[in-house]
Amino acid sequence: MLKHPAFHIDLTTCTGCKTCMIACKDKNDLPVGVKWRRVTEYTGGHWVSRADGTVTQDVFAYYLSVGCNHCEDPICVRNCPTTAMHKDESGIVLVDATKCIGCRYCEWACPYHAPQFDPALGMMTKCNFCIDYLREGKAPACVAACPTRSLTCGEAEDLQKQWGDSVTVAPLPDPAITRPNLFVTPGRTAQPAGSSAGRVANPEEV
Amino acid sequence: MRELGTVESVGTGRRDLLKFCAALGGIAALQTGGGLLREASAAPATSAAMAAERIVTTSCNVNCGSRCVLHPHVVDGVITRIDTDSSGDDSYGQHQIRACLRGRSLRKRVYAPDRLKYPMIRTGKRGEGKFRRASWDEALDLVAARMKDIQARYGNEAFYLNYGTGALGACVSKSWPPADTPVARLMNCWGGYLNHYGTYSTAQIAFAMPFLYGTGANNVAADMANAKLVVSFGNNPAATRMSGGGIIYDLIHARKESDVKLIVIDPTFTDTAAIADEWIPIRPGTDAALVAAMAWVMIAEGLLDQDFLDKYCIGFDAAHMPEGVPATACYKSYVLGEGPDGVAKTPAWAAAITGIPPETIIRLARQVAQAKPCYITQGWGPQRHFNGEDACRAIALLAILSGNVGIQGGSTGVREGSIYPPFGKFPTLTNPVKDSISVFMWTDAIFRGTEMTATRDGVKGTDRLKAPIKFIWNYAGNALVNQHADINRTTEILADDTKCEMIVVIDNHMTSSAKFADVLLPGTTNLEENEFSTSDAISVMPYMVFGERAVAPLFECRDIYTICADIAQRLGIREKFTEGRTREEWLQWVLEQTRQKFPEAPATLADAFRQGVMKVHLAGKPFVALKDFREDPQAHPLATPSGKIEIFSKRLWDISHTWELLPGERIAALPEFVTEPEGYLGARRKQFPLQLVTFHYKQRTHSTYGNVPWLKEVAPQELWINPADAGARGIRAGDPVRVFNDRGASFIPAKVTPRVMPGVVLLPEGAWYEPDAQGRDHAGCPNVLTSLRPSPLAKGDPMHTSLVDVARA
Repeated sequence: MLKHPAFHIDLTTCTGCKTCMIACKDKNDLPVGVKWRRVTEYTGGHWVSRADGTVTQDVFAYYLSVGCNHCEDPICVRNCPTTAMHKDESGIVLVDATKCIGCRYCEWACPYHAPQFDPALGMMTKCNFCIDYLREGKAPACVAACPTRSLTCGEAEDLQKQWGDSVTVAPLPDPAITRPNLFVTPGRTAQPAGSSAGRVANPEEV
Repeated sequence: MRELGTVESVGTGRRDLLKFCAALGGIAALQTGGGLLREASAAPATSAAMAAERIVTTSCNVNCGSRCVLHPHVVDGVITRIDTDSSGDDSYGQHQIRACLRGRSLRKRVYAPDRLKYPMIRTGKRGEGKFRRASWDEALDLVAARMKDIQARYGNEAFYLNYGTGALGACVSKSWPPADTPVARLMNCWGGYLNHYGTYSTAQIAFAMPFLYGTGANNVAADMANAKLVVSFGNNPAATRMSGGGIIYDLIHARKESDVKLIVIDPTFTDTAAIADEWIPIRPGTDAALVAAMAWVMIAEGLLDQDFLDKYCIGFDAAHMPEGVPATACYKSYVLGEGPDGVAKTPAWAAAITGIPPETIIRLARQVAQAKPCYITQGWGPQRHFNGEDACRAIALLAILSGNVGIQGGSTGVREGSIYPPFGKFPTLTNPVKDSISVFMWTDAIFRGTEMTATRDGVKGTDRLKAPIKFIWNYAGNALVNQHADINRTTEILADDTKCEMIVVIDNHMTSSAKFADVLLPGTTNLEENEFSTSDAISVMPYMVFGERAVAPLFECRDIYTICADIAQRLGIREKFTEGRTREEWLQWVLEQTRQKFPEAPATLADAFRQGVMKVHLAGKPFVALKDFREDPQAHPLATPSGKIEIFSKRLWDISHTWELLPGERIAALPEFVTEPEGYLGARRKQFPLQLVTFHYKQRTHSTYGNVPWLKEVAPQELWINPADAGARGIRAGDPVRVFNDRGASFIPAKVTPRVMPGVVLLPEGAWYEPDAQGRDHAGCPNVLTSLRPSPLAKGDPMHTSLVDVARA
């Protein structure tokens, strides 16, 4: 089993197909409304219509698949009043169902929207890195599902060696807030963190 | 679909020459076996944690152009999870056939609340959706009685198998091609049925390409790795070939290998454009104008591959024209303004039509001409237009002008090719009826069947139809309503049960087509069947999936073979239909046929299910289409009258002078830009200013999976509209809007996005039609807006040639 699991997303190949979301929903039998993994579409650019009937543009769009980044400094854990939200020995952030009261403070605190409230259970649920699969030596459902091989996982130290320090692209938050175990390879049109060149184009989906 | 070519591939070891068949969108057979590296990937080991869990191997058999491996987990007879291929080390050529989001949601489709549970017989008016429950005996007795009655009054030509692709890629439980289905076998045992030609996917390109090349073949997508530039017209494999074992992965892998530059030309910044190097937006239906201007630049700057044109082609210039036509009817005269229209096809001319700046056209022409080899590909969007027969030939022409045909890393400019595995076929016998209509014209054949002729309506096999359609078999298809055009007119035609007298629908769910059934029969899904399937579009790794039944048939559902056999019984032809075999015995028969072509295939059903997936690895360089022709055109002529590439087609010239055409229709012998009555230059645009393009969407495969809430949640149905067009109408992101024309209206939220060019709106195809009392749709089903008027030559569906307007709802 991974000792210090982390995710990597390659924006040069991710087409936003959302197979990771459905594989996660299927494996964890999640109802509509509960999304342990979300794919954000970030889109921007402008059009200019010219007198000759032609148009020019600088349009861009890319997708970001994010579940829980099992952060080094998880703000959800810091903000949990009951200690239900905790980090296990390998750094996976988990909800202790015997302690969670469903107050949703973690949901409000997390800049990645990782903790998801399940109204039927009355408590928080979230990505657990498919810890059962990791124990069997298998990849998490989302990673094993990725048709374009854009979403991968591994030891954080190995990913850092392979991909360098975690790069952050818009609209991801400042990594200093939580120190996520997420490594990103930007694509051709990736915008820097904090950029206002684009906007989240699918707020209803994430 | 017929075989389109032969692949020669160089092996790594003891045997070098392998011959496989390559085909465009069809299944072909192995020519010689042996010398194959193959890997069997058994089903994954059962999880130790769940002793009662059974994991089986099967596939997703829908019409997406891929075929993915699925591993349903079954506990106590219930599917609890669906995994996909995780075998091996995922090295390319033996890579994992990872299912897309739809396949991973399949259990929600199997267990959908609207699953058809028992046979039903219509009680209300046709299309009202009012039925009563019936026994299988009563329902099948009624079907057989109506068959005999209609046959006696109208003959077998009045029976029609409607296009349906809901069960695709399998052996026995398959709904497409219609001639290969158990329904066809039943009808062939009983006198036959009215055929159709073409598909809703490819009507124009499949009809047109033989005039240019005699074939529709192309290099496989993996060959992009050997190109210096890839130019893709209206081709979005990130949505249309989503499988992790299929074309999108072939493309991504090729670009990782070679870093080849990818330019996407499309009205939309597609999900493929999101990973491309450049996006060039183009107005729908104007591809041929862009190509003509690129040809103008190539002529002006001396960038043509003149040697290739002289040696392999006819029709480019006056010196290479067929007998009996004016020399100025050549393509060069057309481009230079020396042809009948007298208009020079300059970049400035094309710019005003396509919306692409002249400097971009000039730069693109130079890039294509100079980046040899250049891989040019087109999807099926450009051809699904009223002028699609011209657009698809024009795009292919770029590969010809630049001399890229028949070489490694080049292309024919058609859609990327595929390699298909050797496999047996369930025999459906021969249809004694030769009469055939275009796949798109069955609604006409209902209300004016005997008026339809060869030269006006494209009827084949007879000069004039002998009978109107009186009986429709609609098996695993939603083209009866949802996926056909102009739904309001279509349902009006269907609602009159004095015209088409009997409609039998066999399906899994209460679709909009199912609501128009007279007898509605519940079919099984392939997860309730033992069934084999084969790979669809793929570059270097054809495969077979030996699917084992995951769960018993739900409710009273029956498989199509059993249904047809029980009807055959009532017609007195059961023995003829079954030849004494059960469904499983036919699967065994198919295995034996397969082993004759491919001895490595498993011998028994038990072996097959144990094996699960059989991947065939093709060693050597990726398949090149028309390689033989390029190397020796005399020894390997094309299947055209001249044996050469026919840029000018004398056959089309003759058709254009003999067929009856309506105003606004034109059949061009050259791949030239032909204006569309409902296109950018059409007069109707004064009334309806926006061009509507429908597109394949990750939520569904056409309409299949359109009832899965998970998929609707992660990929909702929306109308894509540019901020400029939205702003002019006071529309903001997420606002409910009405998209409409004089054929109908649909209500849907707006996605205001710069990813669609100004003047164009997009609506994903396949959403399940939800009419109100006025026939206005509330689900975003685009076919309330599309036209029943077929394209002039192929008589195909022009689903992307519709003008609309949009307003806040």
